[in-house]
Amino acid sequence: MNRPHDASRRRFLKVFGTATGALVVGLPAFAWTPDQLLGQNLFRLSPYVRIEPDGTTVIGARDPEIGQGIRTAETRILAEELDADWPRVVVEPLELGVTSAGGEPHWTYGHQMASGSTSVPAAWNDLRNVGAAARELLLRAAAAQWKTDVANLRTSRGVVIAADGRKLGYGELAEAASKLKPANAPPRPKTPAQYVLIGQDAGDVDARDIVTGRQHYAIDDWFGDALVAVIAHCPFPGGKLAHLDDTESLKLKGVEKIMTIPAPDPAHALGTQQLVAGIAVLASDTWTAMQALAKVDVRWRPGAQTAQGDEALTEAAAAAFAADPAKAVRTDGDFTEAAKRVPHKFKTEYRCATIAHADLEPPNALVRVDNQQALIVAPVQNPRATFDTVRRLTGLAPDKITIQLPRAGGGFGRFLETDYVAEAVMLAKAAGKPIKLMWTRAEAFAHDTYRPFSVHRLEACADRKRALTGWTHRIASTSRLAGREPRARWWLSEMHPDDLPAGLVGNLQYAWYALDSALPRGSYRASSHAVNAFATECFLDEIAHQLKLDALKFRLALLGEPRKLPYRGHGGPVLDTGRLAWVLQLAADAIGWNKPHLQGHGFGLACHFTFGGYVAHAVEVSMEGTRLVIHNVVCAADLGRVVNPLGARAALVGATLDGFSTALRERITLKEGRVVQQGFKDYPLATMAQIPHDVQVILVPSQENPTGAFDMGFPSAAPALANAIFAGTTVRVRQLPLWSELMRLL
Amino acid sequence: MMPQVSQTPPAEIVPQPVREGTDVTINGKYFRHTGDPDLPLLWYLRDVLRLTGCKYGCDDASCGACSVLVDGKLKRACTLSMQDLAGKAITTVEGLAKPDGSLHPVQQAWIDEDAILCGYCQSGQIMAAVALLARKPKPSDADIDAIGNLCRCGSHPRIRRAIHRAADTLRGKAK
Repeated sequence: MNRPHDASRRRFLKVFGTATGALVVGLPAFAWTPDQLLGQNLFRLSPYVRIEPDGTTVIGARDPEIGQGIRTAETRILAEELDADWPRVVVEPLELGVTSAGGEPHWTYGHQMASGSTSVPAAWNDLRNVGAAARELLLRAAAAQWKTDVANLRTSRGVVIAADGRKLGYGELAEAASKLKPANAPPRPKTPAQYVLIGQDAGDVDARDIVTGRQHYAIDDWFGDALVAVIAHCPFPGGKLAHLDDTESLKLKGVEKIMTIPAPDPAHALGTQQLVAGIAVLASDTWTAMQALAKVDVRWRPGAQTAQGDEALTEAAAAAFAADPAKAVRTDGDFTEAAKRVPHKFKTEYRCATIAHADLEPPNALVRVDNQQALIVAPVQNPRATFDTVRRLTGLAPDKITIQLPRAGGGFGRFLETDYVAEAVMLAKAAGKPIKLMWTRAEAFAHDTYRPFSVHRLEACADRKRALTGWTHRIASTSRLAGREPRARWWLSEMHPDDLPAGLVGNLQYAWYALDSALPRGSYRASSHAVNAFATECFLDEIAHQLKLDALKFRLALLGEPRKLPYRGHGGPVLDTGRLAWVLQLAADAIGWNKPHLQGHGFGLACHFTFGGYVAHAVEVSMEGTRLVIHNVVCAADLGRVVNPLGARAALVGATLDGFSTALRERITLKEGRVVQQGFKDYPLATMAQIPHDVQVILVPSQENPTGAFDMGFPSAAPALANAIFAGTTVRVRQLPLWSELMRLL
Repeated sequence: MMPQVSQTPPAEIVPQPVREGTDVTINGKYFRHTGDPDLPLLWYLRDVLRLTGCKYGCDDASCGACSVLVDGKLKRACTLSMQDLAGKAITTVEGLAKPDGSLHPVQQAWIDEDAILCGYCQSGQIMAAVALLARKPKPSDADIDAIGNLCRCGSHPRIRRAIHRAADTLRGKAK
């Protein structure tokens, strides 16, 4: 699908460049006049769909595809309302839609981001209108041709059908339709009973290109005149170049030059992420550049602050907990008083390691930049942030900056950052040539924006009826917002005031404590929901066990009667306890929670509300010697209406297995202020042999608006696994990753 | 009339110049590599031939994203030097489909099972599956477990199903 140089795409994009609106109809901010947009032989109905005379329906996919299936899901939403014939739909990835409005960027395509599972909800809100508006124009064109009323017509699979059975294909109507003025208000979308695509399985639209090797990721693109730049960064955060001798490297045939990227200047932060000092070899090809880089005699001077590993941060957390919190996130009732009055008290500590994104596609960027324009091809999750970075570095007008959005080989938060794009732009400007920047695997591990390290201190109390009356959760973590936002906001990425059991327990305290770290941190799948759910759901399991209560019944009793609790964060405005209880019950039933368990098999449960989605996991494990066997896994999810069940299942299974992989063995360690891990050999992703053969996914049918699917299956996977391991072994592992600690305790 | 061959030997036998470089066959076509003999096959494919289905994921053969077949055997292109490949026949993911575009059963199985997610590792996974099925037409789950290719997204269960499906197709069973 991603063939930037083919003619049809160029025409598509050229006209798109003059577009003014993401939304065709109904929103005055994006007023749209069709005749301005029409070229000869081009029948354009909206910024997101073009219908060719032969009936081919080209739909532009605006959000970056990082493996979450958005290209498929969002085009199905539009195609549904258009009543398009899906086999004749061609999906074209769009660039970042931006024009210049008085020198400032004006975003023309609406939502364009892969973060927080927000793309599908956004598409649900506006792409349905686009499809419905296009369909309405086609209906009116047919009505005019047949001299009848629209009310007498219907559509099906790319055809308008009259009451007497006459038919006109969309392609035949496209030109006439494109001359009509769209209605002033959005046409009414379909009722769910009319859906033929939404709720049905659809394979990934790029599947054929992927299995034939034709799919271009950013790393696969090139310009004939580009130099390959391979970069090595200072291994010490905040450090500087101390010595550089490139004599031997420059002798290699094919090496053009060796350039340095200066140490970060705190006064001139680029976006929110600091660049790291580095050296780059610019050469004719990747291998030559890699060889030359290995021959550079380089030494680095550490920065002012030495990066600390998780052991040192654990000690720092103990000290932090002794002082006042940086933020009292939530206080309900009085925990201290409540604890005095009841017989059961619980106290524990959990710890979650610093981990890396480990995307299979390393950071890379292909950049052409001169004083007229800039073209960027890179794996990108946040195109506007990428745009801002390029604009700051080049000073170009907004409409002179093109950010392409090729399919990315993963993301998980790493490609929300723009450091590698900034490096490529800086090198291209300095070299006066297009640059294809490549990070090696070792650089990707050594200079990630890691998931923050966290320590969780939890206390709880229960009354004589064994019901929870008090709960405290205190988190000390290396907030990913530190260094990017004012100190008063650092807690926001680390703790959510309305996360459960808030609202379920009368006396509750949430508090956050700041841990300092020189290591860069960033967003990671589901963000702090993952580590907080691990601590919360494992602690609940501990309490149930100590109170001699069934972990399922205990959780269901805690959730109580179905009701809507206010939820202020992303995924709100409410959290429905009934929906969470229901997925928990479904997962437990499917794993056989209440049936006799095989000797030595442990069953574990966990659930969490993430970004509007309700997910529960149930896991069955056993230990065979020192081998962990994951026998069965169930993931039950209520994600509102599911646009593409096949894609949602892929996302949930993927998140579950990602949850297991990160929980078992993944960990970043430091030695003498530098990251130890250099590759997959010392950062072991789970392999086929270590992963369950299948994950049973249960999708709850729902009439609620879709929530997206990518992040939701992640947070409850690790605690369900840890709880199952406890049930099977009586060993409670209170840290991530689990494996080494489990082996130590067994 | 038959042409007459000269019976007189030449006065001096001049040897042909030594052929420089490494001759390889890639997806049925002949190529000669005349650059650095240490160049890994990965970068020959990607930077010289622009066959980018073979992906860069690491430098130490640990991820499998660059898996290819060399004389039918599964290899990781990032650690194979061109000088060791003289005379070898290499198949990349681009060489699996027939010239008319019809897909290899393993590719079709990947589509049918929607074993995609981000897709970056899948060309390597497909090559590993093709190699496995050539050795074991009816692979067990343990055989599939032995595939060490990494997938960051968690497509493993669909890959497993796709391999079983492709095995059925290749053995002539109903799809």
